Formats: sequence, structure tokens, C-alpha cells
Amino acid sequence: MSMNAQGRPTAPAPETRPAASGPAALLPAEPLLFEIGDHDHSGVDLPDVEISDDRLGGLRRKAPLDLPGLTEPEAMRHYVRLSRRNYSIDSGMYPLGSCTMKHNPRLNEKMARLPGFADIHPLQPVSTVQGALMAMEQLSHWLMELTNTAAVALSPKAGAHGELCGMMAIKAAHEARGQGHRRIVLVPESAHGTNPATAAFLGYAVRSIDANENGTVDVAAVKAALSDDVAAIMLTNPNTCGLFESQIIEIAAAVHEAGAYFYCDGANFNAIMGVVRPGDLGIDAMHINLHKTFSTPHGGGGPGSGPVVLSEALAPHAPVPFVTRDGDSLGLAEHAGEGSLGRLTAFHGQMGMYIRALTYMLSHGADGLAQAARDAVLNANYLKARLDDLFTVPFDGQPVMHEVLFDDSFLKGSGISTLDFAKAMIDEGYHPMTMYFPLVVQGAMLIEPTESESLQTLDAFVETMRELAEDAKAGNVGRFAQAPMRAPLRRLDETRAARQPRLKYQPLAAAAE
Amino acid sequence: MRYLPHSAADREHMLGVIGAGSIDELFAPVPRSVLGTFSPDLPDHQPEFGVEAHMRALAGRNHAAGDGPFFIGAGAYRHHVPATVDHLIQRSEWLTAYTPYQPEISQGTLQMLFEFQTQVARLTGMEVANASMYDGSTATAEAVLMARRITRKNKVILSGGLHPHYRDTVVTYLSGEEGLQCLSPSPEGQGDIVDRIDDQTAAIVIQTPDFYGHLRNVSALADAAHEKGALLIVVVTEIVSLGLLEAPGALGADIVVAEGQSIGNPLTFGGPYVGLLACREKFVRQMPGRLCGETVDAEGQRGFVLTLSTREQHIRREKATSNICTNSGLCALAFSIHLSLLGEKGLTRLARLNHSRATALADALAGAGIEVLNRTFFNEMTVRLPQPAVPVVEALAAKGILAGVPVSRLEPGKPEVENLLVLAATELTTDADIAALVDGLKGELA
Repeated sequence: MSMNAQGRPTAPAPETRPAASGPAALLPAEPLLFEIGDHDHSGVDLPDVEISDDRLGGLRRKAPLDLPGLTEPEAMRHYVRLSRRNYSIDSGMYPLGSCTMKHNPRLNEKMARLPGFADIHPLQPVSTVQGALMAMEQLSHWLMELTNTAAVALSPKAGAHGELCGMMAIKAAHEARGQGHRRIVLVPESAHGTNPATAAFLGYAVRSIDANENGTVDVAAVKAALSDDVAAIMLTNPNTCGLFESQIIEIAAAVHEAGAYFYCDGANFNAIMGVVRPGDLGIDAMHINLHKTFSTPHGGGGPGSGPVVLSEALAPHAPVPFVTRDGDSLGLAEHAGEGSLGRLTAFHGQMGMYIRALTYMLSHGADGLAQAARDAVLNANYLKARLDDLFTVPFDGQPVMHEVLFDDSFLKGSGISTLDFAKAMIDEGYHPMTMYFPLVVQGAMLIEPTESESLQTLDAFVETMRELAEDAKAGNVGRFAQAPMRAPLRRLDETRAARQPRLKYQPLAAAAE
Repeated sequence: MRYLPHSAADREHMLGVIGAGSIDELFAPVPRSVLGTFSPDLPDHQPEFGVEAHMRALAGRNHAAGDGPFFIGAGAYRHHVPATVDHLIQRSEWLTAYTPYQPEISQGTLQMLFEFQTQVARLTGMEVANASMYDGSTATAEAVLMARRITRKNKVILSGGLHPHYRDTVVTYLSGEEGLQCLSPSPEGQGDIVDRIDDQTAAIVIQTPDFYGHLRNVSALADAAHEKGALLIVVVTEIVSLGLLEAPGALGADIVVAEGQSIGNPLTFGGPYVGLLACREKFVRQMPGRLCGETVDAEGQRGFVLTLSTREQHIRREKATSNICTNSGLCALAFSIHLSLLGEKGLTRLARLNHSRATALADALAGAGIEVLNRTFFNEMTVRLPQPAVPVVEALAAKGILAGVPVSRLEPGKPEVENLLVLAATELTTDADIAALVDGLKGELA
């Protein structure tokens, strides 16, 4: 490989890898688009029309776009080859805690592509999109029934956007009640980073609440932190340690008693859907990640979809737009009335995800959703039962819900870190679990199998994890420190990426300057 | 249930290993008063064909854009998406991968994002671009926040040509904060934004082509903003326009945000779409969202990772630049594939074709005596009808013609926009479509 003065790579790497490093014949390095395409190639046949400059106000482009093109066969090969360098749920178990990597049914994809859903414009007259509005109304009905809540705001684009929506509704409700002075939001340390980031975004001071030795939050700790200045608590349930917050009803009561609201992070709703209704626990707002619980595909990092269910108290503050009904005719409220928190995005949210989620719900039915939650919990407890003699469970007072948390004390003295262990899992054909989250335990390993994994798959995973743990304890450091050795690439230098940011392709000559 | 692999025997076996008598026992931490104590008003599971029939019936009650003459734009555009795009994005390895936090087994997604960032930077004429945002409107709101962080000033002026939904989104994001000024709608392309810039101004936000279709003189606005130490944020809702028009970056924009839906992504009633955000390199550490960067592996091979994550919420928590966790990965992939298929030649031709169809539309409307407000446009324009636009659009919709967006739908209660209609044409707009529209309008206006 040639390097420029900064030691940066400037050309595609030659194939000099040892055979042991990976199946090079099936997974060759793929050059960048900018190294294979050029300005004369195109995979789209379009007429070359002449236009005048009359209506362009002298703003016609002078500089070239410098965008390489590929013909269709070239594009097909480029993107198929790239795709093969990705792990995916369809190819193996993806036990990322808190991410709910479940099977993505293909009926969902097929339905989302019906022209009646995919080829409709958000600003068509509502008389021409009655079926779309019905789909949104039906999805809302499912979400409200499953949560026992009064309203749902569909438009948030992802989980964190849903948090923003819910917390804005809380802020609006306080202001409407003359309680706008409340400046504090309580967040347990185990929370997702989005929780404190959202609260801070809205100008709230974030105050941390400690968990007890069992990994859950005590009502006493919440009561001690509550005051006239507290606007809300943001609690995840089941929490990020995979545990159900067993005092949650008392916590909700205490929060309401103090005049504050209860925001529940619904990232882990998969554990309880159809089994427990969050509204019965006393929550005021909760986002639901359709891309986790309701199987819309993660797509390599989005698009997500984060509808928010709201209690009676918060419903008047819901954002626009929302679906309205007048007899048999559906409409859209698109402009914020009094009380509404406003608009969070252009248009109506992630319709393509609504269709997938509704399809998934109809396929499962209420009975199937409850069974899915129960199987998810069964699978996590099965992994815990089969691994807890070798791995260390930081909080062992109660059954886990849909995910099981280990810490790194079983690796103590081995010289092997959680990261090393995770990378060794890659060599065994598994995507690693969530690492170093939640922050409340040392070297966290958070494993969420989901309901989609068969007993056979779970057993194979257990055998691999046991073998790795035993090898780690035996002091075979090299296997871990060097891992991964069988992936398309060896461990990547993330420090260098951050210190010398190289965020786009630059041709050889420019990069060498 | 077809998605759940366990048999009853499997569950029994697993419970035995766990040492529990039933799955209910695993829910022991849940208060009994709320466990399974309800019967939802929801149906039970259905075979695939039952679900499909239900969803098809819903879809069948919508008038698809392809069902007849179609002239709606206003921030979402009907373009042709090559079959290859939709085939590729449905490959398991793209569709069912998570965020690429394990780079050694996510190089497909990461290299794609690196290519996407490069494409977006080149298209907008900026130095760096991120790995995508939820959509154009939220990207605009994030850009406003970013400008306030960079300049440490509060005042932000939104042009009257900014998409009203984008304006409303920014207003919501900044609710309770001081300094936001929203100028009145400017359907004739008028504007007094320059006079309002002062030393307290963090940024001005303009859109080009604007909501009403006018092309804005970015250079002049950039000079005016920079003179007072303010940033220029340029919003592009029709990204295909950059195949024909000068890149905002080349004209002095500091941050460019865009809706990328037009390339690779269907209309889908408003989402999911793909927001683009690009800026000058010196602002990179104030950017929201994910960034992908090049590096090497332990053997010196080129590879890609998510980087500069010290800006992000999972590291910085309440000190993050944004609460964003998700980008719009699959839509960014569709964008990137479609743009690779187009290339320099294809995008240039596509943009010219759009302008040419819009010119035919403008000429036909003017020829029918309808007042077109635009001197300049790319593929969208505003007309002033002699009567309110909403009933006209409703009447034409009943005849199968989707005639555009009445401005009053987005700007209610403003009599001065009641007669205005925004219409777009794309490469899919035929002469017959235009003739049907003009005939229909003549009939309603007679």
C-alpha cells in the first residue's frame, strides 16, 4: 500500500492477506465507487434535451459535479460485493442488547411497496388517501390498546425523536399548568445516552439517580430526589440491565404526587408487549421503536420510527399532524392548535415503517405478540441459566426479562477485555453483544437473543460462548487480542480515524499534497 | 405462529433448564395487578394471505401518483427509481444489518456511507457531509442549532421562501428560545432578509429553489451574512436541481441541508426520507449525526469506521451536539445507488429533463391565461388563480388529476395566499398530463 505524507492510505489495498485471514475468494476488497466509475458511464438512459437559460437567473452550474457513474451491471456488482462484507440478522444471530434484532418478515416489505402506499404524496388531497389514513388510525389503535394510553403521536422519525416529542409534551403540559419553572429531569445512570441528551436539549438540568444493588431503582431514591423543581423522570422499563422495575407503580405514583410526569423509554417494550400495558404502570409518555419491537428493518442504521403514546394529561399537547375522524371520513390536523407542542417534521412521519409495523401486528395478532414477548423472555433466561456458571451476572436477584447482562469480572486477571472477547465472537461467526453499556457495570456485555432464535441456535451460541470463556480463563490471550482474524478486515484503528479525520474520498494527487 | 421457532416441547425443555415451572414465573418481578389482566380489542394472528388482503384493501383506497396526471411537489417529488435500486436495498445484508458499530463485519455499510458522504459533499459543493439525517426538515432544525453553537449567537432568520413545514419544525425545535425570526411568506420571490442581518445574527436560512419555485441568489446572501459574521444555511428540498444549478457551496453557503428523497426514494406519504447535511470542514466537530471515516486495520488494509463519536449522545450524554442516535441508512443507500447509476452524465440529463418538462408546464399554463409568478424556476412554480385554490384542486382530484398543492394548506388563515397553487413537473410528466391539467383548470376557472 502506498501512503501519503500523513501516513494515510491512498489507493486500494493489494490482496496480500494470508489465507487464514478470511475467505478472500468470496469476500474480496471492493474498490471505492470513485475508483471504478467515471463521468461517461451511466446506468440510466435519459434523453439529452436542450434547455435555454431563460428561467435559470444566471445560476446554471459551471463547475462539473465530479460524480462518477456506473452502468447497471457494474453497479449491481459493486453493491452486491459490498453487501457481502456486512453481517446481518438474516445470516446469523445478532444478540445486541437493547437493539432487539429480531426477524424482519418479508411480507412487511412487500406491503410497504404496494403503489397505494409507496406512490402517494403527503400533500395529496385527503380525499385521495383515505386508505393511508385508515392504516395510520389502525396502527394508532394497536399501539394504544397494547399500552392502555389515551393518544399516540405517530410522526417522530426515530426513538430519540420520540423522546424529544414526549419530553416536549411534558414541557408544554407544565407550562400550561403554570409549572414552567420546573428545571430538573431525573435520569438513572443506566439510561440510554439519548435520555440525558434529550433532557439537556430542552434546557433541563439532568440529575442522576442511583440504582440499588439489585440493578433497579428504589422508590425511596426517587422520592428523595423529587421536589417542586422536578419536571419529569425518564425511566426505561424493562431497564437496560434487562430487569423489570418492580417498584415502578410506586415510583409513578410518587412522581405524580410531586407534580412531575413519567417519561418511559420504550426501547425494551419487546419484553412486555401484549403482556403488560405501560399505561397500567402509570406512565405519561413512552416512545415505541417500531424498528425494534415491531420488526421494521434496521437497514444498517435507520430509518427508524418512534411513535409516542401519551396519557390523558399529555394528549392535548401532542404534535401535529394527526389523523382525525368525522363519521366515515378521515382527515388530518396539520396545524398546531392551542396546547400542541407543534410540528416535529415535515409531513406525517415514517409511513413506510407504519405499514411494515401494522403488517407485523396483523400477522402476529394480540396472541402472537404476547407469545413473542414471552419467548423473548424465555430465551434470555435460558441463556442466563446456561451461561451464569462461567460468566458473571452483576444483578442476580430476579429473573431477567428479554436480555441478560454480564460484567467482565469473569475475565479478571486474564488480560482480556470485553472488547477482545467481543472481537473473538466475530471469529466464531457471531455478531457481538452490546458492550460497555449500560455504564453501571464494569465491562458490560448485554445479550438480547429476541424471540426469533430457535433452541438449536441458542444452544450453538451457548457452546461457543462457553468455549470462549473457558479459553479466556485458560489464558489464551492471543486468540482474543488478535481477533478478529477471520473477518474481512482485522481490528480497525479507530483512534487514527478520529485524530486524522478523512471523511470523504480524495483522489491520489489531492491527498498527496 | 410462523415467526416463532419454539415448539411446546422446546419451551418445556428450556423451562426445565432454567428451573422455572412456567413462563409466567419469569415475569415474577411484574406486579400481579398488571400482568395479563386485560383483553385488548385486537384480533388474533392471521395467515399471510389474510394480512395481505387486509393491507391491499387499504392500499386500494388511495389514489397513487401513477394513477393519473400528477403535479404535486412542495418538498417531495415523484421521480423514477431504477429497479436495480429497490432490488439491491432489499438484500438481507443491507436490509437487516444494524448500525455499523462492529466495523470488521460492517464494511459494506461503512464503505457505502463513506461513498455517500463523498457524493453529498461533491453535489452540494461542501467540504464534508455526514452519514444522513432523518429528513430535510429535521436536518434544517439541526443546522440552525449547529450555527448557534458555532457562532455563540442566538438570532436566526428564516426566509419567507423556506418550506412552511420546515419553518414550523425549526420553530418547534427552538420553542422557548429567543432569537428566531420567521419572515412572512414570499410567493413572489421578494425578500428583505438582508436588511435584518445584524451583529447578533447566528445564521440566515434560505431555500433554493424556494418553496414557491424561485431560484435564489445565494452569492449575494452569503456576502451579506458573512459581512456581519453570520452563517448562511442553504436548504434544498429538490436535490435533483443540483444537477443543473450551481452548488450552494460554490456560492458561499456555510451549511447545506437537503431532502434527498428525490434520488432513490419513493414518495411513501412523507417518509422515510433521507436528510443531507454538509458543511465546511472547520465546523465538523459541531455537526450532529453519524460520520464515517477512513482508517486502516491491524494489517494496514484500508477500512472504514464510525468516527468523531465524541460529539454523540452515547458518549457525551447530556453534553452531546444532538440527541440523534439513528440516521437514515437504508434511504441513504438508495440515494447512493441511484446517484451512482446516474453519475455526472445521468444527473445532468435528469435535471435538464426536469427543467424542460417544467418549462413546458409553465408555458402551457401561461398560454391558458393563468398567471405564473415565477421568472425563475427549476421544476416547480407558483400560479395565482382567480379564485381560491383548494376547491379547484379538490374538483380536479375528483376527476383523477392531482393538480398541485394549495399554498393555504400549509399557510392557513392568510388571505393573500388563498389563490396560490404550487405545481411541479418531473421527468415523469408527459405532454398529455399537462394538456389534461390545463383543460381541467380551464373548466374549473370558467
